[in-house]
Amino acid sequence: MEKQTIIKTKNVSKVFNPGMADETKAVADVTLKINRAEVTVLKGPSGSGKTTLLSLLGCMARPTMGSICIKDKDVAKLPERFLARIRRRTFGFIFQQYNLIKDISVIENVMLPLYPLDVGLREIKARAEGILDDLNILNKRNMKIQRLSGGEQQRVAIARALINQPEIILADEPTAHLDTKLSGKLLDILQDMNSQGKTVIIGTHDPLVYESDFVDRVVEMRDGMVQQIVEHNR
Amino acid sequence: MKHPFFIGLIVLEIAVVLILLLAGQVGIRAQQPQREAKRRIVHQLMLTDFALWTEARYTRNPSQADLFTPFQDFPSAIDHFPAGSIMAPGKINGATRLEPKK
Amino acid sequence: MQRHRKILEYALSSLLRRKYKNIALIAVFSFIVAVLSSVLFLTHALQTEAENILVEAPELIVQKVAGGRHDLIPVAYTKRIKMIPGIGKVTPRYWGYYYDSLTGGNYTILGVDREIEGLTLLEGDMPIETGECAIGKGVAAARRISVGEELVLTDGKGAFSMFTVTGVFSAASELLTNDLVVLFYEDIVRLFDMPADKATDIVVEVFNDTETPVVARTIQRLLPDTRPIMKSEIIRTYSTVFNWRSGLVLTMFFGALVAFCILAWDKATGLSAEERQEIGILKAIGWETANILELKFWEGVIVSLTSYLTGVILAYLHIFYLGGSFLSPALKGWSVIFPSFRLTPYVSVQQIFILLFLTVLPYVASTIIPSWKAAITDPDAAMRG
Repeated sequence: MEKQTIIKTKNVSKVFNPGMADETKAVADVTLKINRAEVTVLKGPSGSGKTTLLSLLGCMARPTMGSICIKDKDVAKLPERFLARIRRRTFGFIFQQYNLIKDISVIENVMLPLYPLDVGLREIKARAEGILDDLNILNKRNMKIQRLSGGEQQRVAIARALINQPEIILADEPTAHLDTKLSGKLLDILQDMNSQGKTVIIGTHDPLVYESDFVDRVVEMRDGMVQQIVEHNR
Repeated sequence: MKHPFFIGLIVLEIAVVLILLLAGQVGIRAQQPQREAKRRIVHQLMLTDFALWTEARYTRNPSQADLFTPFQDFPSAIDHFPAGSIMAPGKINGATRLEPKK
Repeated sequence: MQRHRKILEYALSSLLRRKYKNIALIAVFSFIVAVLSSVLFLTHALQTEAENILVEAPELIVQKVAGGRHDLIPVAYTKRIKMIPGIGKVTPRYWGYYYDSLTGGNYTILGVDREIEGLTLLEGDMPIETGECAIGKGVAAARRISVGEELVLTDGKGAFSMFTVTGVFSAASELLTNDLVVLFYEDIVRLFDMPADKATDIVVEVFNDTETPVVARTIQRLLPDTRPIMKSEIIRTYSTVFNWRSGLVLTMFFGALVAFCILAWDKATGLSAEERQEIGILKAIGWETANILELKFWEGVIVSLTSYLTGVILAYLHIFYLGGSFLSPALKGWSVIFPSFRLTPYVSVQQIFILLFLTVLPYVASTIIPSWKAAITDPDAAMRG
């Protein structure tokens, strides 16, 4: 089967604080293709630019230079409101720090991405409960976020990433706060998503992840640059 | 609504404001006879003013005194404000006043 | 529609999440609104009361001016004024002030020349002959006398005069009669040692209201040493005095107002790191800038509307049910004989709306602007704080 490209970057760079004393080039000159329904791992030590590249791919930051095409649309220069729409329709982001909103319940956190849509609250709730059920965390739906364990919080974050039925899942260091057993469970979830046809991009330096057999390719990064790309044959 | 607290509060407060205004209107109407009676006093006694601050002639009869007395002192001079604002004046020196003869 | 409801709902839950901060803010904000509206309510109620009751005041009063000051007016002037066409009765008025060294109060002594009947707000009767008096509630209280007892006053020669109290004005008329001592005019002439051919001023009845200015000008031309005062001028002076008073209170209050504005500005504009991060998260999961502004708009509206309404209610209760007692020293000033303020609740709807715009709009604006700034930055940057 012909592989379909879903994200394509060309000479993408991201510079923080340009022109200042603390100017940092987080991502430099990255040209990359990511195929639909594949699992791509961005591998590299911390500070290698994985997180920034994930942000750029997920339309959460704009590149300083270069172009990013998502489904053949160049997003680097798009106005903010289109980016928000793309984020909502295309991406599900699982942050390293989970970035859940404290003091509101699990289910509200999961429902949040769909609030700005004209979908009824009841329907959103049903959808959120379905996803929480899939992730075996439905029994905690009315608890406040800060009462949950790290692994549970991550599953809430995953549920939130899935509620808008995204085509692409971005996960930044998903195993950083998990023990081996939980990490294995997480990988099962990610693999499951991939088998449902979703594109998965993971930033990690955990061998448990990049040595998993469901990974299609590993992009090795260092100092903001791509060192090599290793294709795995599943 | 899952969090009706503030909405409920606002609705309740609007209701209270309306009730107060309505009660005020009723009160205004109910006082009509009294108002008529007061007007009769004004008419009969040929009064021109309120008995609010009676200490100075320019507050008891703001229009009755000299040409510009009500504002003879510079308006923002706080201590010269008609009949004082916050504190009553100190004890009046009796020597300048005529005491009733014994 | 659905999405506005959900965003409103989320705004409500956000406010509840930051319960203590918001309750404190609402408390201070309400207090400020309460003080402002108390001043406005009191001033407006007094002004309206003045307009409503003083419509029956004499259309025109003529005073004599000597050396730039008010002087006793010759009664003979009445004859000359009567010759002006278009006027009705011309009556000399006898009144003056009496400082009561016993109580420290100042009374207004008013002379009548005939028996007055039909006053309902009077307990007892009006005086019908010399040696009798009717007094205001404040005088009765200061002197601790009631109907049938004697009021002792010191006359211009330093001798005591005794007057039998025939009536006491009831509390309902306090605003008008509190410091009044109504005597027969012969008594007042004797008490004040006034020359027999002089009165305090002259009241002129004008048949047609619109002609009052013309009559006033005619009188001034005819009697250059007099000063005609129209009812409209009196009411205007009242408005000015009350406005002055409220202006003064507002001036004293200005410091607090500025302090609050700074506080509100700081609270509203200085987004905490947490709030910035939250905006970043919402953007990251697909909220548009407009959605976030809507969220902040609702938050601002709810906080300011709640405060505004609370403030207005407190002010209303304060002025019309508690007699303005909390702010009384500043709002009412002092007076030895002071009427208890039982104000008729005249409220200007216009004022209520002006206050609404002055409180809600700036607050909403000052919450939206910083959020807008945070919302247009990349979610990645916003989340980092």
